[in-house]
Amino acid sequence: MFVYVLQRLLILVVTLAFASIVIFGVLEVLPGDAAQTMLGASATPESVAALAHKLGLDQPFATRYAEWVGGAVRGDLGLSYAYGSPIGPLIWERITVSGPLALLTMAIASAVALTAGVYSAERRGRTGDAAVMAASQFGLAVPNFWFGIVLVLIFAVHWRLFPAGGFPGWSNPWLALKALFLPALALGLVQAAILTRVTRSALLEALNEDFMRTARAKGLSRRAALWRHALPNALPPILTIMGLQFANLVAGAVVVENVFVLPGLGRLIVQSIANRDVLVVEDCVMGLAAFVIALNVLVDLAAAAIDPRLRAGAA
Amino acid sequence: MTLALSAKRSRAGASLRLGALLVALLVGAAALSLVWTPYPPAAMDIPNKLLAPSFAHWLGTDALGRDVASQILAGARVSLLVGVIAVGIGLGFGVALGLLAATAQGFIEDAIMKFCDFTFAFPALLMAILLTATYGPGVINAILAIGIANVPIFAKLTRSAANGVLAREFAMAARASGRGPFAIAFEHVLPNIAPPLIVQATIQFAIAILAEAALSYLGLGAQPPLASWGRMLADAQAWMYVAPRLAIFPGLAVALSVLGLNLLGDGLRDALDPRLRARR
Repeated sequence: MFVYVLQRLLILVVTLAFASIVIFGVLEVLPGDAAQTMLGASATPESVAALAHKLGLDQPFATRYAEWVGGAVRGDLGLSYAYGSPIGPLIWERITVSGPLALLTMAIASAVALTAGVYSAERRGRTGDAAVMAASQFGLAVPNFWFGIVLVLIFAVHWRLFPAGGFPGWSNPWLALKALFLPALALGLVQAAILTRVTRSALLEALNEDFMRTARAKGLSRRAALWRHALPNALPPILTIMGLQFANLVAGAVVVENVFVLPGLGRLIVQSIANRDVLVVEDCVMGLAAFVIALNVLVDLAAAAIDPRLRAGAA
Repeated sequence: MTLALSAKRSRAGASLRLGALLVALLVGAAALSLVWTPYPPAAMDIPNKLLAPSFAHWLGTDALGRDVASQILAGARVSLLVGVIAVGIGLGFGVALGLLAATAQGFIEDAIMKFCDFTFAFPALLMAILLTATYGPGVINAILAIGIANVPIFAKLTRSAANGVLAREFAMAARASGRGPFAIAFEHVLPNIAPPLIVQATIQFAIAILAEAALSYLGLGAQPPLASWGRMLADAQAWMYVAPRLAIFPGLAVALSVLGLNLLGDGLRDALDPRLRARR
């Protein structure tokens, strides 16, 4: 296990380094000079050059990259051109919205998927199974931002049960959760659909194993055998897909936050692109990529901890 | 047992038929819009704005008096175009990289697969947002971004399927009889790995349509006056309290197209690969 952990951590560091080079490289060619944008079209070339110098934009690529990575490692994410404030606290403020949104989404999706997946696998080939599978096809096909708009139409415009958008802050946790509920539902639909299918097929695979026959032979009921033996064995693939899906959830959140006008990371990215606030975009995207990469390593480790066969296979 | 099997087979046939029908509708709408739409899709008619569906305007008009039905028909064109080119880019480069990895093996295979793993860790939509933001919004850049995200998916699939074929007797026989690696790749490997590639292509097609809609919704994809389902949804949001139906039709169009492609992919998988059918 120790070697396996070390191996995964090494891959983590290499991937992070590679990701940072790609992100910095891609974004440094962002059209539209940040200094020019900040000062407006009527600015003289001299004042633009002076501001570019002050921001360090006239330094060579390698120098700026080294400063960016060095700063990030020390916890200094730099200054936002548009907001004129340190980026670290700015991002943190947004994470207090996006983080709970992602967690709530995952909680809703996992609850729905585990229930529906187990239900479906228990009734394999029967009407209930077919109904769940058909529903999951619709879940896969509906664009999450459109589902968000439809939820707003039903629960905010028609019934006025939930706010149509915006975020009141965490001073009143009940209102905050209420503001996050519809977005989490919109994001969770696709996740639930995918996870239901994965849960069902992983369970069906486990149900076919020899140990299931043994469990039944020693007198466990079908249901007890399913919960005690099949489900734990089906968990590693489910966890892996959950980890991979988290990456898509993060990207989907960028769009859904715009539907609900939530002041989260996704909106910050889209606004910063419009403002040509390159450094904020770089920091946000790198942060998201790092989170996704680290999460995938964690999932690998968790799967290996649950199922020793995976360790042996990878080492 | 035979009864259960035939029931399952008919269900697979049903998803193939329903999928094919929905995809035919999408292609038909796009083709029709090339020669005829009820009104020019971009033509504004302010006095007739926000009309309810009627005989003159089947799906009503939007806030600028544009005919919604015409825009939906023209929007099918953009969705189809994005899907075809983005999947084409993914297939072209992905299959080439995957075949190269499987044929060359060793360091080259490792390098290509590590590269694919890395791109996988990067959500496709996030990458598309980055690329369109960097090189400017527009339908061409959206297509390129989605296409690039498709490359590693096809590369990985091609490599693993090709490795399976290369280990079979007929591929070894071809090598023993002196055929070069490229000849083997094209004559023996490619025809044998076509079924999973076709199935994956329909799935990526669906994902491309979803991604284009999301990008256009954010204002990073198709720009006016080009009709696009995603942009129609963004426009509709401002009028949600006045004309909620504006937000319904474009979303339905996206959902039905994606559903059709997914069902077609499922049906094709069952039809093309009987082994998978037996295992389900």
